[in-house]
Amino acid sequence: MNIIELNAVETKEKLDKKEVSSSDIAKAYLDRIQVRKNINAYVSVFEDAVESGKVKGGLPIAIKDNMNIKGKKTTCSSKILENFTAPFNASVIEKLDKENFVYLGKTNMDEFAMGSSTETSYFGTTLNPHDIERIPGGSSGGSAAAVADNQALWALGSDTGGSIRQPASLCGIVGLKPTYGLVSRYGLVAFASSLDQIGPMTKTVKDNALLLNTICGYDKKDSTSLNIEKRDYTDGIKKSVQGLKIGLPKEYFIEGIAPEVKDKIMQVAHKLEEEGAVIEEVSLPHTEYAVPVYYIIAPSEASSNLSRFDGVRYGYRSLVEEAKRDLISMYTKTRSEGFGDEVTRRILIGTFSLSSGYYDAYYLKAQKVRTLIKQDFDKVFEKYDCLLTPTTPTTAFKIGEKINDPLQMYLSDVFTLSVNLAGVPGISVPVGFSKNKLPIGAQLISKHLNESVLLRVAYNVEQLMLK
Amino acid sequence: MKITEKDVQYIADLSRLSLSKEEIHTYAGQLEQILEFIDKLNELNVDNVEPMSSVLNIKNVKRTDSIQKKYETKEILDNSPKKENDFFIVPQVIKG
Repeated sequence: MNIIELNAVETKEKLDKKEVSSSDIAKAYLDRIQVRKNINAYVSVFEDAVESGKVKGGLPIAIKDNMNIKGKKTTCSSKILENFTAPFNASVIEKLDKENFVYLGKTNMDEFAMGSSTETSYFGTTLNPHDIERIPGGSSGGSAAAVADNQALWALGSDTGGSIRQPASLCGIVGLKPTYGLVSRYGLVAFASSLDQIGPMTKTVKDNALLLNTICGYDKKDSTSLNIEKRDYTDGIKKSVQGLKIGLPKEYFIEGIAPEVKDKIMQVAHKLEEEGAVIEEVSLPHTEYAVPVYYIIAPSEASSNLSRFDGVRYGYRSLVEEAKRDLISMYTKTRSEGFGDEVTRRILIGTFSLSSGYYDAYYLKAQKVRTLIKQDFDKVFEKYDCLLTPTTPTTAFKIGEKINDPLQMYLSDVFTLSVNLAGVPGISVPVGFSKNKLPIGAQLISKHLNESVLLRVAYNVEQLMLK
Repeated sequence: MKITEKDVQYIADLSRLSLSKEEIHTYAGQLEQILEFIDKLNELNVDNVEPMSSVLNIKNVKRTDSIQKKYETKEILDNSPKKENDFFIVPQVIKG
């Protein structure tokens, strides 16, 4: 059997028993990446991974190209950062370094993580390995495609409105967005700081728990980092769901959801019930407001975060004549030439929402509705251990299908956004395939810092649906 | 709400973006469509709801303001599109 077909737990076992070396594993993955170049999962591939394996001796991993690895490029799949070399390590990389991880490369993404299909990448779309005419999801589409296609053992992604869970669902892998504050964002290029979170993208739920163990923990360099006791997330993962109360939010089973997706999620519910879980319909009444709230808050924060890209200290600078002579023209030309359409669109929406005369009607209002969305979750988690929903309303759509209709694209995130707005953890688990052989994912949501229960239910769902 | 091309030009100026005529036209249409959708929020009465800026209850995380030499000047300057000695070079700001 080829080593790249094994999951992380199996690979680690072989490595620990010295049946295979770290550099052999890295080599096997690099070969696969080379053969499957057409998927365009990576922005940069680290050919030095084999050498690095000899020195470090650990497992390989792929990193989304918005996290800094010292001495390597961090492009955010944007022209404006095409030539940016990271002068420092993200905190998650420091943690991976301590366990001797070997980096295979940086994965493709929607530009600055803004998008749901990887089509906004300056370096071209990543293809879905299950059907190369379709998108892999986004924004962590490169990480998802790499793991699904055995081009990576596992990967890190980031999730601001579904960017780990949605591509995980569409590519048929496991993707976790941890509780806001559980994983440090220091060294992650900021998109919307009140929502951004780094998380593991893996072949199995147990792999996911293992990788979460490595990357979580307090970091004084991220002021939102939670100072809580470390725990082992693989602990109790195999315990049954007997007696757990699981809610099915009725607002997630609305018109527009593909019947195949709905049927599959109901199948998951029935199987959980057979195992002794209590399944009941619940309500999160403000769900329908999540998309409008998100598309004010995220662009507002982005318009502020992305003001740092001005062509002075790093990144692209416009070379047109006007930009050489005048500072303001240098800023405006640099930014317009450096940012793609979706990033520009979001900067415009965000600047509008924060501008004088519109702030109260848009930004402040969105913040207030965000409170209501969070209260919905608080209330439901008083009674329920977790929620079960589809991760996405449909399976992977065709490349080009939604790219010219921003609003339709935004609506494809309808089931994942609320989780970020409330700061709670959410995981997508593969639960089967559609008639045309495209993966379907189930999303599980739990209360703050309840990752142990979330992973336990996810593990059970994974095992039940494998049978 | 109605978004005119003049509105887009104004927002673009605030955002330090220079857009072509066609781009302004396209974004005006798209922004209007998106904001129309966002106006759904007006269905809700939120007069007595507190706005939320963070899901965490942590506030004003402070640290000692001490100097640490974390990075080499050269490493930082190497990413600059234009530099001279230990300085970033920008177009002339004050014209004499």
